[in-house]
Amino acid sequence: MKKRTMATSLAAHSPKLIRSVERRLFLRQGLSVGALAMLSGCNLTDDESVQKVLEGMSRWNDGAQALIFSQSRLAPEFPESAITKPFPFNAFYTEAEVTVVDGKDYKLELAGMIRDKKPWTLPELYALPQTSQITRHICVEGWSAIGKWSGVRFSDFLSRIGADTTAKYIDFECADDYSTSIDMATALHPQTLLTFRFADQILPPKYGFPMKLRIPTKLGFKNPKHIVAMTVTNEYPGGYWEDQGYNWFSGS
Amino acid sequence: MEPSEAQWVRIHPLVVRITHWINALAILVMVTSGWRIYNASPLFPFRFPNEITLGGWLAGGLQWHFAAMWVLVLNGLVYVTYGIVSGHFRRKFLPLTPRAVLHDVMEALRGKLAHEDLSRYNAAQRAAYLTIILCLVVLVFTGLVIWKPVQFYAIGQFMGDYEGARILHFCAMALMVFVVLVHILMVVLVPRTFPTMITGRARRAS
Repeated sequence: MKKRTMATSLAAHSPKLIRSVERRLFLRQGLSVGALAMLSGCNLTDDESVQKVLEGMSRWNDGAQALIFSQSRLAPEFPESAITKPFPFNAFYTEAEVTVVDGKDYKLELAGMIRDKKPWTLPELYALPQTSQITRHICVEGWSAIGKWSGVRFSDFLSRIGADTTAKYIDFECADDYSTSIDMATALHPQTLLTFRFADQILPPKYGFPMKLRIPTKLGFKNPKHIVAMTVTNEYPGGYWEDQGYNWFSGS
Repeated sequence: MEPSEAQWVRIHPLVVRITHWINALAILVMVTSGWRIYNASPLFPFRFPNEITLGGWLAGGLQWHFAAMWVLVLNGLVYVTYGIVSGHFRRKFLPLTPRAVLHDVMEALRGKLAHEDLSRYNAAQRAAYLTIILCLVVLVFTGLVIWKPVQFYAIGQFMGDYEGARILHFCAMALMVFVVLVHILMVVLVPRTFPTMITGRARRAS
């Protein structure tokens, strides 16, 4: 109210003056945005409208990555001699807090757009045709490490259980309360493996016993460990880190 | 009284001025968010003080970095296309010999470098601006390899794959930041160059 009165009275006197005042205000606001950007980057990120733009760009980047992703382009494979020893442990908790799953009672639960939802026991999973890969794990933090994983090709497993591969997402729930989800194109990539072994040994708890989904075309946090349930769905499932701001697609 | 048109010289075309300021903002965001990402897993035995980084934590830094990259690249494409097609690069950056660069850098260090004609870049300026452009090209390609080491595996073969790209990405950032700081210092020392990047013109030296 006060502002309008001032503007009206100014307008009566000098339109030129208003323009210059407006220009000055615009410059000052512009400068303060710049100053804010430089002085308090953290606060700027917390701003609601800025956060909306950043999240919008992250969704846009999901689309861009899906477009760049090729099902026939393979992640490089390495010789045994290139394997990183010791292979780093990484999770949202410390190594001492690793979840230990009891293999005897273990069952992999299936849900969603799957024809045969019968749960799978470990002996049944171990009896499936197995394959190995030596690939590079790249962490969202920037470091990388090379390891050897063995298991069943995930696309074979999906066709065995009659998963609807026209669905958009596959969601994974883990025994350590972790969760993540991936796109169907990546699920069907020939190097995406449902693995039970690391370095030719049954996966130790710290690397994800009883199983880890190994995806060399995605960042490490998109490779869930200790999987207990998977759901094929068209509804965006999110995930533990994704819900906190990490990019969902996170392809390599 | 307004000086007559004849007393003004056109220095920077509008496209250059607009892309310069968009680029400046994009680089500020890319560098400060990049430092935040670097801090999550430092390549070298030091971290950047969190106060001068952008994003608050790793996910925030990544969001800023992968949002601003589109601005940097699209703006850069406009600038480079304009620079080549219009002849701006040829007129402003050529000829350039190592000897002339060395000579002008030495003069600048002695504080003797003349700036009478702002419409012409001296050899030290030409080298500095070209270095920034070159660093940005290296940053974009190494950045693509770090972002998508599998999809852009072929590009990675020119730079030691993922790990090589990380090191090169850092080095190109460091060199670019150094040249940008020198650039800003020079503007502070020769302040009448500053308004020319906004208005595009300067008063003709009498």
